[in-house]
Amino acid sequence: MTYNKPLPRLDTLNKPFWAAAKEGKLLLQHCPSCGDTRFPPGPVCPKCLAGDQDWIEASGKGTLESWIDMHRAYWDGFKDDLPYRVCLVRLEEGPVVVSNLTDKTENLRMGAPVKVMFDAVSEDLTLPKFSLV
Amino acid sequence: MYDLNELKDKIAVIGVGNTKYGNFPEIDDYGLAAHAFRNAVNDCGIDKNKVDGLLVSRIPYYARMGEVLGINPRWTITLPGHGRMSGMGIIEAAAAIASGQCDYAALLYANIGRSRRVNYGGDESPGTWDPWGFTSPGAAHAMAFRRHMEMYGTTTRQLAEVSVSIRYHACLNPDAVMRNPITIEDHESARFITAPLRLLDYCLINDGAVCLILTSKERAKDFAKPPVLISGWGAQDTYSPSSIANFDMDFWYPAISAAGKQAYEMAGVTHKDVDALMCYDNFSPTVLFSLEGLGFCGQGESGAFVEDGALSLGGRLPVNTDGGHLSNSYMQGWALNVEAVRQLRGECGARQIPDCEVVQYVQSTPCTRSIIYTRG
Ligand SMILES: [Zn+2]
Repeated sequence: MTYNKPLPRLDTLNKPFWAAAKEGKLLLQHCPSCGDTRFPPGPVCPKCLAGDQDWIEASGKGTLESWIDMHRAYWDGFKDDLPYRVCLVRLEEGPVVVSNLTDKTENLRMGAPVKVMFDAVSEDLTLPKFSLV
Repeated sequence: MYDLNELKDKIAVIGVGNTKYGNFPEIDDYGLAAHAFRNAVNDCGIDKNKVDGLLVSRIPYYARMGEVLGINPRWTITLPGHGRMSGMGIIEAAAAIASGQCDYAALLYANIGRSRRVNYGGDESPGTWDPWGFTSPGAAHAMAFRRHMEMYGTTTRQLAEVSVSIRYHACLNPDAVMRNPITIEDHESARFITAPLRLLDYCLINDGAVCLILTSKERAKDFAKPPVLISGWGAQDTYSPSSIANFDMDFWYPAISAAGKQAYEMAGVTHKDVDALMCYDNFSPTVLFSLEGLGFCGQGESGAFVEDGALSLGGRLPVNTDGGHLSNSYMQGWALNVEAVRQLRGECGARQIPDCEVVQYVQSTPCTRSIIYTRG
């Protein structure tokens, strides 16, 4: 079966993130000059404007900042999943990222600890998602 | 160089116009905008050839627009079709007039999103988070409102008050798209689009166009209607996280506070003087965020503030007396500025605020702007 959900738009900046996800690693772009970390990656550090940026592996631990349940499919590939849950996670390293929360429970609280898991949704694509700890 | 506050009361809105709002597949952006322009010209009685400033938003090509209207201005600016451009555009035009770049500026906005079936999500607006299915401004506002619920105990029944009050106003506006009254129960039983937000938390998508004509206070005396003065404005952008579009972890509170403070200071009024608030209501939670940021209530207290119809005509702070984006028309802030002018002129019929003297516009977005209008 072909994968019919939207794919990441790969570019020279974000390629390492997606390659690492396939290996079960969550990467954050990192500034060797000032230590700032972020996702999505940018061409320069937004704090100090240094151009040479590298990557660090995140611990995968974070806290739940918010969540929603999508009841409308803006892509046909999500129709069978409705409603599906999207979450906002603050990673231990600081950056806030959007992902899916694998837990279906209604009993959620902001600030709940979560941990990354890697969902190999197709042969070519692994999505970092989060679960309650 | 001017101190910004010196521009208090220097610029006036002399003419406003709009098309009907609805579904018009037979007419394009230029056609809609031309009708709104003609209505604004007729509203103030200006010779259209005097218009020497042109600002267009969500209109494909400024030069074609000028050709359609038969004008050759000496100041032209194009803004993208983002809602947040209305406040920015009015401020830019005021600054252009104040600095002598033009004398009479026509500001034109047209939207053909209804007849062209615009979705505001998915592949129309590609983003970083598409692989996880996170898309659309509504989803971003749902994410923010969930945080507000968690942090402050705000409820969806309180949120419903926003939609119910604004729909009540639409019922008093013969030109509004949605004119059937709704209740809190209707809101609570509407279908989810992005939980915790339901259908009645979402703005309309409709076709239409709006035009405002601005000039200096001195020149404004020569026209048909009493001028409405731009007494103050304030601005603050918040560009991180732009990868999470239409979202701010702090509900834009710092930006709204800063823009509001600047606008109040320039106009020499406080929120206590405001007779009506025209609040960018793409989704109902932004009204709550705006009330807090501007200081109408404390941070986290907007849920209690809006209860018992506080935002309805006759309540403690009438909001969006034309029915807003939620129930009148999705003119991305432009029609709310027109409504501010009409309220101050006393032209609003059944929805008129008695003795209306100060009306504030606010858009709480990555480009937060507030404008204070007063009677000239
Ligand atoms: Zn740096």
